[in-house]
Amino acid sequence: MTAAAEAHDITRTYDLGGISVPALRGVSLTVEAGDYLAIVGPSGSGKSTLMHLLGALDRPTSGRLVIGGREVARLSAPEMARLRNETVGFVFQSFHLLPRTTALDNVALPLVYRGLGSAARRRAAAAMLDRVGLGHRVKHRPNQLSGGEQQRVAIARALVTEPAVLLADEPTGNLDTATGVAVLSLLEALNAESGVALVLVTHDREVAARARRQITMRDGVIVP
Amino acid sequence: MRVGEAWRVAIDALRANRLRSGLTMLGVVIGVAAVVVLVAIGTGAKQEVERQVEGLGSNLLIVVPGRVDFGSAPAVSRLSLSDVDAVTRIVGDRSRVAVTVSSGETVRAGTASRFTSVLGVLETTPQVFVRSLARGSYLTRSDVDTSRRVAVLGSSVARTLFGERDPVGQQVSIAGVRFRVVGVFTPLGQSLGVDRDDEVHIPVTTAHRLLGTNRVDGIAIKAPDRDRIATLADRIVAELSRRHPDTEFSAVTQEQILGVLGDILGVLTGVLAAIAGISLLVGGVGVSNIMLVSVRERTREIGLRKAVGARPRDIGVQFLLEAVLLTTLGGVSGMVLGVVAALVVGALSPVPAAITWWSLALAFGVSAAVGIAFGVVPAQRAGRLDPVEALRSE
Repeated sequence: MTAAAEAHDITRTYDLGGISVPALRGVSLTVEAGDYLAIVGPSGSGKSTLMHLLGALDRPTSGRLVIGGREVARLSAPEMARLRNETVGFVFQSFHLLPRTTALDNVALPLVYRGLGSAARRRAAAAMLDRVGLGHRVKHRPNQLSGGEQQRVAIARALVTEPAVLLADEPTGNLDTATGVAVLSLLEALNAESGVALVLVTHDREVAARARRQITMRDGVIVP
Repeated sequence: MRVGEAWRVAIDALRANRLRSGLTMLGVVIGVAAVVVLVAIGTGAKQEVERQVEGLGSNLLIVVPGRVDFGSAPAVSRLSLSDVDAVTRIVGDRSRVAVTVSSGETVRAGTASRFTSVLGVLETTPQVFVRSLARGSYLTRSDVDTSRRVAVLGSSVARTLFGERDPVGQQVSIAGVRFRVVGVFTPLGQSLGVDRDDEVHIPVTTAHRLLGTNRVDGIAIKAPDRDRIATLADRIVAELSRRHPDTEFSAVTQEQILGVLGDILGVLTGVLAAIAGISLLVGGVGVSNIMLVSVRERTREIGLRKAVGARPRDIGVQFLLEAVLLTTLGGVSGMVLGVVAALVVGALSPVPAAITWWSLALAFGVSAAVGIAFGVVPAQRAGRLDPVEALRSE
């Protein structure tokens, strides 16, 4: 089986008003299919930048980045959008659910950009909400859901497209400990069941310790 | 993304900010309504003028001394009744030739008086122009031949001097000379602010004595048919020029008058439409402004949509549809408001209003185009947002 994502000596330099700020300075990493990986490091270490690159939200300044078998550097903006839609799922610290939109429609959103019809979208979204244990909350809007429930909706949205890799950026950062543990357990269960590679970005050592392997970043490079 | 889906998203977004959407739309509503109303008034005025010029009578030819040219001073007439006889010989039918000599005079009856235009005319006037009498009878040929002091009153003059009484058979004095009223015209009403019933007709021969002149201001000929107007005009102008070698004569047809007036009113309508168009443009700028605010406000949403696979085009189309929806909804409301306002104006004021399909189509088309034109920049901006930056924004 091919790797979900491969990075070979990638760098990413931001240009802030004429000043070059290196965020990544040569990172090589392979996310295997079904992997469970935690990326840890302090703020500004480049772990968020790495996650954005692995999620095809951004292109590396140099180096070779292959996601779902496709070389990111050669892709146009619409092709990257399609790659994200088909290969990557995101879970964010602040959930990023659309307000005034039901849990069902939030989960179905990625399928809208896949051109799926409304009925097929709703079927898939309802099944996914069932899998994250929210089968009874489909018609609720984000402001009617608890933090843990909102994050479950976000997880369902990330997985409804059956991606190869799930990128979770501080998924428990806005949750209390018990809820956070429950969300992590759900992610781990889905990782085990569906074989989606799980990449956790966190600065919480306890959360990171649950992963099969850990990568620590500092100043834009992976430290042993 | 499917187009139906994009519409749904756009409608949802507008609904989420009802007040803001409504106020933004209001700019377009007012712009479109202004275009519809002002074009309706301009068109109505044009139709009214055309109707009145045509109402003068068909196949009319008017001969005046001097060149008919806007901007040149009216020439002093040297035409006399012998010229009228010469024209009558060319036409071959006395009943088709009318003349006027006019003067502003005070007309009195008892204690009532009114300053009005007194026209010296031939008995043929009702046949050449379309005029009918409400009471009594018009001037006769023998009135003209014997310079009788008889008068036919316009309805406004009759009302001022006699109120509800029947003026026929009564005496009036015109410039101090006593006349007997023989008839009263049927009212013609106002046209564009001018009272068409404010006149008195007397025999041209009597008018010459009264005014101490023998001039005739102009000659009007009713041609037997449309095809002969041009040749008739040429022959009359040639004859008059032969009789008065040092004077230029012009013959104008009703069609020429209509053409000139139509051009003037067409320009007027165009200017009104352009002014209204500016307000539509301002409404469009409002739409653009609100769409930019909306893009900024929903940056996080745009980032999220991009993260789950929206292409730049999907985002752009979504925002463009929002702008187009704002302006077309505003456009339709503006059309309805404009039509209602035009009907009210037409019903309550002397200004006529005629709603034309082209003005409705134009207003709607322009508002939709404004939506596209002013929605493009915000939509492109939304489409090009960097997803990483967009997700980070608060």
